Amino acid sequence: MGDHANPEHMAAVAEEEKPQTGPRRMVLNMGPQHPSTHGVLRLVLELDGEIIMKCEPELGYLHTGIEKEFEVKNYQQAVTLTDRVDYLAPLSNNLGYCLAVEKLLGLEIPPKAQWMRVMLTELTRLNSHLVWLGTHALDIGAMSVFLYCFREREDILRIFEMFSGQRMMTSYFRIGGLALEPPRGWHERVKKFIDTFPSRVDEYENLLTGNRIWMGRTQGVGRISLEDMLDLGVTGPMLRAAGLKIDARKDEPYSSYEKFDFEVPVRTENDVFARYLVRLEEMRQSTRIVRQAMDGMPEGPWKADDQHVVLPDREKMKTQMEALIYHFKIVTEGFRVPAGEVYQVIESPRGELGFYAVSDGTAKPYRVHMRTPSFGNLQATSAMVEGTLIADVIAAIGSMDFVLGDTDR
Amino acid sequence: MLPDSLRQQATALAVEAFDGDAITGGNSDHNELTLEIAPAKIASVCGFLKFDQGFVRLSTVTAVDRYPAEPRFEVVYHLHSVEHNQRVRLKCRLIGTEPVIDSVTSVWRGANWYEREVFDLFGIQFRNHPNLKRIMMPDDWEGHPLRKDYPVTGSRV
Repeated sequence: MGDHANPEHMAAVAEEEKPQTGPRRMVLNMGPQHPSTHGVLRLVLELDGEIIMKCEPELGYLHTGIEKEFEVKNYQQAVTLTDRVDYLAPLSNNLGYCLAVEKLLGLEIPPKAQWMRVMLTELTRLNSHLVWLGTHALDIGAMSVFLYCFREREDILRIFEMFSGQRMMTSYFRIGGLALEPPRGWHERVKKFIDTFPSRVDEYENLLTGNRIWMGRTQGVGRISLEDMLDLGVTGPMLRAAGLKIDARKDEPYSSYEKFDFEVPVRTENDVFARYLVRLEEMRQSTRIVRQAMDGMPEGPWKADDQHVVLPDREKMKTQMEALIYHFKIVTEGFRVPAGEVYQVIESPRGELGFYAVSDGTAKPYRVHMRTPSFGNLQATSAMVEGTLIADVIAAIGSMDFVLGDTDR
Repeated sequence: MLPDSLRQQATALAVEAFDGDAITGGNSDHNELTLEIAPAKIASVCGFLKFDQGFVRLSTVTAVDRYPAEPRFEVVYHLHSVEHNQRVRLKCRLIGTEPVIDSVTSVWRGANWYEREVFDLFGIQFRNHPNLKRIMMPDDWEGHPLRKDYPVTGSRV
């Protein structure tokens, strides 16, 4: 009782209870451990009641200096670093990096490896979109979707494990082709998955698309004009949900994407709901691509024919002196890459993933910069949420689909 | 001066017509257009490319440290024109003792974080940047990790 009877304290309480006039702002620290930030993003929100007046994202909590580490690895070793950037889409990162170095080398990749890459990066897109959908729905309150999505994701991870021996940090694409020969029985395994998957997407749609709570939480939320998005560096599904038909797989085809028949889904509503619809349609289109790649898989070698870059077959090493020497050279020293610089863009599940690689003619990259889609997309957070309700922040940042590993590198 | 090898490139010619002194070199290796721009002209050239040539997107800004060569730093901009499905790379060389360049945040707001990153990891100053502070490293960090004279391993004592 003693404290409460204190007159100074009583005065302070009375002061607090007095009706406030004029603006009264509160600063709220959301994150870095907030579950909806999927990692370690921190948003400093300045609130007036429930309205966000100012939002300042703070990043860097997951900065690991990967770009620095590239400079001390040789080119082939550095593939393993790319997995760890965007850990929900490891194969997309592998692909972007390998394509960049192959461009510097002027290396021709055999069709089978190219198609295999397309098939696996599309499975990666499904994997990434499934995690996005599950967690995004969970944030908004639809818990069961999460369980459904992770059921299918498990199948995809098992396929990755079958190919590379790893579920997440696959490093399956190497400079010059693939890391290993595709395993026996991959076709049946992928076919089994891809035959059932479209009906699973229908299931998600049944749960969400016409759901009034879902629509109420997502429609008209997270709006930001297309001009602002382009100006702020946003890419990927967010632009496509605002009516811009942009997709590197169509605009700047790589790894034989021009040979595949698929649509680029576009919506014009430009809200969280439209982004959800775009990504769902992308899942259906990716299924189409996987099926085409699987059925039309070319025969032939799965790695490039360049003994300076690609490790020789085991059999050759046992019988040919030269193969053994090349193996030793590549493993101990790596291979030299002609001096120059390239910027290779691919369409990752999140948007434009660019690798800027600079070579000085040695066996180690002089500099590798990753233009990661999450970093660009996240920059639009302030413009998207300022002036809206705090409850909508969760839906808005969920619709951006960022990965903090991808942002901070 | 625009190198003769780039006389076929419409974007390069347009920049030359806009400001004859802006281009100091360039190439189109690997079918990628690179223009070297005088650092003092970067903001005006970027504004011209965005508003006149349709390069509405700034993909990324980064830097390369050529230590111990001088000029030591290259600031590299990747621009993208959605309309023409075209990309161009701009490059400015800065000296190592006092690397300063104009910010392009007035042209693309999206340059904000990219320039902060370059400032943080390379220690390059961007003039007229609205919020130039570290983005990846802690605020009280010493040194700029992506510089070539910054160690890769070892603990700081």
